[in-house]
Amino acid sequence: MKVLVAVKRVVDYNVKVRVKSDNSGVDIANVKMSMNPFDEIAVEEAVRLKEKGVVTEVIAVSCGVTQCQETLRTAMAIGADRGILVETAEELQPLAVAKLLKALVDKEQPGLVILGKQAIDDDCNQTGQMLAALGDMPQATFASKVEVAGDKASVTREVDGGLETLAISLPAVITTDLRLNEPRYVTLPNIMKAKKKQLDVFKPEDLGVNVAPRIKTLKVVEPAKRSAGIKVPDVATLVDKLKNVAKVI
Amino acid sequence: MTSLVIAEHDNASIKGATLNTVTAAVAIGTDVHVLVAGHNAGAAAAAAAQIAGVSKVIHADGASLEAGLAENVAAQVLAIAGNYTHILFPATANGKNVAPRVAAKLDVGQISDITKVDSPDTFERPIYAGNAIATVQSTDAVKVITVRTTGFDAAASTGGSAAVETAAAATDSGKSSFVGREVTKSDRPELTAAKIIVSGGRALGSSEKFDEVMTPLADKLGAAIGASRAAVDAGYAANDLQVGQTGKIVAPQLYVACGISGAIQHLAGMKDSKVIVAINKDPEAPIFSVADFGLEADLFVAVPELVAAL
Repeated sequence: MKVLVAVKRVVDYNVKVRVKSDNSGVDIANVKMSMNPFDEIAVEEAVRLKEKGVVTEVIAVSCGVTQCQETLRTAMAIGADRGILVETAEELQPLAVAKLLKALVDKEQPGLVILGKQAIDDDCNQTGQMLAALGDMPQATFASKVEVAGDKASVTREVDGGLETLAISLPAVITTDLRLNEPRYVTLPNIMKAKKKQLDVFKPEDLGVNVAPRIKTLKVVEPAKRSAGIKVPDVATLVDKLKNVAKVI
Repeated sequence: MTSLVIAEHDNASIKGATLNTVTAAVAIGTDVHVLVAGHNAGAAAAAAAQIAGVSKVIHADGASLEAGLAENVAAQVLAIAGNYTHILFPATANGKNVAPRVAAKLDVGQISDITKVDSPDTFERPIYAGNAIATVQSTDAVKVITVRTTGFDAAASTGGSAAVETAAAATDSGKSSFVGREVTKSDRPELTAAKIIVSGGRALGSSEKFDEVMTPLADKLGAAIGASRAAVDAGYAANDLQVGQTGKIVAPQLYVACGISGAIQHLAGMKDSKVIVAINKDPEAPIFSVADFGLEADLFVAVPELVAAL
């Protein structure tokens, strides 16, 4: 069984982003870019399934600019067997990415597609669910535990108020939550090995997908600043302020 | 123009998140219908009919809808989607799970986590963990939206008198089934609906200390308990207590952060709280930059003292 893993190149989670002065977006020139952390968890989970002998091949896919090849090399250094880049300079929104992935699912016929639950740039939390719908596949989002047996998977999900377990038949889509696993550190020998792995490049047209954005960004602004308040010297003053100034207790 | 709000419910009652979502739908300026898709959910449908601003409730009832499986609930929404210009879900675990399925089947983009309605096709939503606010305009005929509940007041849960119409339940997809649920038992208010939240961080040091220090404070204030991602990752607190970009987004009247440094992703989840108190022994902790009242102190001393003083 093959597993397809989708990885997105995003601004590194340690970078504090700045809004551009013309309010057209966020300034991402010259900032560090990395693999979306949830996608790293997705790659790790796929590689672990391969190490357990449940799957035979892990294919990493990224959609976007040429530099996404670096993100794919990282995925291959974690242990993905090969990479596919769908290259375009066009702004890609979740629906377009889901359509591109659907085309690749048709081509590769994986038993499982694993994605991060959301990307930390647009915070959309859509692509996995959209792919599942387009492919008429069942989905298990926000996974914290995955077990594959035969043509079924048992997935524990993080939901409001606790955990929930679903049984889904394969092929299926799984999206990862934070606590599914802790991705391994990539080692230098594996980075070197990853450079030799196969990486195919397609254009959206090759897959017959129109990726035109459906949602226009009119402007991007800084959030309203919350000004720092005061420091209180002791607990008694704190209680007094809460009771008599803020009046919240 | 008519909006469809997908109710968050437990078959017996309507969850608070539904009320905030109704307010967002009213702000769009459309007629508002509510879909209650569940099993033996008559009571929830009756409660939905009482919500102020709702003109019709559609009640779909069947075993296929009992566990809220995304495949079946999405099919239920799609069966009636043709009647609506806007389809709104609360941005809860359930809403986020189902909404994109509906959007993809309708071949429309989804607008996630809106915090403000500017016009029927233009909305505001936070991006980059709330470090920027984008104003976005949908070019699609149908707008599929998830609503960040902290961005909108709750609609009144009484005062309405909507008609309840029944709809046939969607057939089961046969591709997924519900196995079980581990619900965290608690007498405390629900995190996303609580008026007061006391939240603990990594400084608590262990799950025993977390309970020992945070529980009396929560009891005294009648508060819900939250936690930072660091505390959850370290196993001090259950995962569903996590407040932050990737956990729960909260906006209580009072948020008390104990031993939480204030990483960007945590601030993203709580900075809309009305009053923020930070107790931390590190004077440089970023949490102080958003706190209305900061107490630079060892939480193991200050929190019990606070409990005694309340």
